[in-house]
Amino acid sequence: MIGLYARRKLVDRISRVLMPFAAFIGLFFLAWILWISFSHGLSALRWDLFVNDTPPPGTDSYGMRNAFVGSLILIGMAMLLGIPVGLLAGTWLAEYGGQRRLARGVRFLNDIMLSAPSIEIGLFAYAILVDPLKHFSAISGSVALAMLMIPIVTRTTDEMLALVHADMRESAVALGAPMWKVISKITWKAARNGILTGILIALARISGETAPLLFTALNNQYFSLDPLRPMANLPVVIFQFAMSPYANWQKMAWAGVLIAICFILLLSIVSRLVLNRGTAKS
Amino acid sequence: MNVSGISAPESGGLVANASPAIARPNGRAMDFCFRHLAGGMAALVGLLLIATLAAIAWDSRLSIHTFGFGFLWSSEWNPVTGQFGALSFLVGTLVSSAIAMLLATPVSFGIAIFISELAPRRLKQPISSAVELLAAIPSIVYGLWGLLVFAPAFAQVEPWINDHLGTLPGIGPLFQGPPMGIGMLTAGIVLAIMVLPFITAIMRDVFIMTPAALKESAYGLGCTTWEVSRRIILPYTRSAVTGGIFLGLGRALGETMAITFVIGNSNTISASLLMPGASIPSVIANEFTEATTPLYLSSLIYLGLVLFGITLLVRLLAAWMLHSMKRGTPLRP
Repeated sequence: MIGLYARRKLVDRISRVLMPFAAFIGLFFLAWILWISFSHGLSALRWDLFVNDTPPPGTDSYGMRNAFVGSLILIGMAMLLGIPVGLLAGTWLAEYGGQRRLARGVRFLNDIMLSAPSIEIGLFAYAILVDPLKHFSAISGSVALAMLMIPIVTRTTDEMLALVHADMRESAVALGAPMWKVISKITWKAARNGILTGILIALARISGETAPLLFTALNNQYFSLDPLRPMANLPVVIFQFAMSPYANWQKMAWAGVLIAICFILLLSIVSRLVLNRGTAKS
Repeated sequence: MNVSGISAPESGGLVANASPAIARPNGRAMDFCFRHLAGGMAALVGLLLIATLAAIAWDSRLSIHTFGFGFLWSSEWNPVTGQFGALSFLVGTLVSSAIAMLLATPVSFGIAIFISELAPRRLKQPISSAVELLAAIPSIVYGLWGLLVFAPAFAQVEPWINDHLGTLPGIGPLFQGPPMGIGMLTAGIVLAIMVLPFITAIMRDVFIMTPAALKESAYGLGCTTWEVSRRIILPYTRSAVTGGIFLGLGRALGETMAITFVIGNSNTISASLLMPGASIPSVIANEFTEATTPLYLSSLIYLGLVLFGITLLVRLLAAWMLHSMKRGTPLRP
């Protein structure tokens, strides 16, 4: 038997070993996944990927041009749809809604939407666009991605605008500026970095999303710019190629993973820089 | 978390009431437009969730009409005979998520305490950022890594699991099975890594919020770091910690791509965690574009509706727990 004092000390010792070990587990998996993505991806990276379209099964050529272009178009359309909605909704919540019951309700629903599984959003886009139009389309994929962006942009805009000091608005109003000018020229500018961070985070979130695209934008073996037709995109191509038995397809999946990860890492680094620059000034 | 509570009441109310009287006529028209445009967008955002629920429910009406609630406890899933039931996928979803939570919660707690209490100041931020980075990695990358790298490595460990955990009385059958690498347990482990950053972030935030006076009093009485973590910090933040765990659970339940890669995609219920299974999101992802009959498609959407119901419930619980933390009586020194 050991004494109470010794036992307390022992438990503390063990916990002091286990807690850093927990942190080590987290970092270990991060390093493992990043290492695998970079080593497999770099060895599969070649110029052909950006020049040719995805090859048909059974051939050993390389190419993902249609997927890269398709992903950029899907994300671009999602931004055009999602950013104005999220920005204006967040603005209303912070500038007009305040703590009114209605605004609190919208915030609550938005927070739930923020963590809704992305596959449900895909089902929604399928139900409202693909099913009535009777065919898969790029635009339905963009609507799904936009719906994933909107809650993030709304929430960050709301929070960042609420941090802007009331003095600023009051000074502008006292000078005779109408409310829309106060918002667009004063508060949006004051919260610019925070709002931009929210948009970048939303962009990072949707860049790797696969589930909602599986039954909206689907995939397309050919190069396509038509928003009303299925469109190739990086995540779905990675999914399809990784599950395939062909060696060159699996290699291309890794190259796609590397490019997706680099894009997302870049976005999160930039968003952090933007936010830090914003907070350093104020 | 919600910082808007600090300055919004006076700013929102005062300015909104003050401006129309001062504005010039054309300013007033613009104001009207801007205000209602923004209000309309806010209304749209509020309606998105309800619209999503309604659209999914509407598209699953055929299956709801055919199978009713019996859908939930039938494990028959046969596209050829047109018999569909959710049970095996429901079990797969719940079991894989349960494994993930069992593994992720203690590790998240360890990381959060490490960051808030133990780590040298210089290391706090880098470790936080690195763990958050786990959340930035797309789920398809977890899937690819899980299938092609982790599963083969895990298959090497599985004979050991068979020999040691598989012989234990009671829980033994859970750990007996062929060393395939993929299966329910693998899915649970990959899920655990994926939800780790979400739970850790919430735990860390609330642990840091624990009043220093409380912790210092305990240290002053001679408590060890472990005792302060276990008896002071954890009880103080209990509801928020539970909320964070539920938030992570919500993520785990709805996770699609990573699971689809590693769970094995077999719609059978087996006693062993090493055997392949399927979850609701994985079966939707796998079979949606192959669904040939309207009833098949509608049943897949019905599965989506069931999943949405579960995640909504879990999310509401999380919101309630996190809210009661914010409202909790502040302890003053």
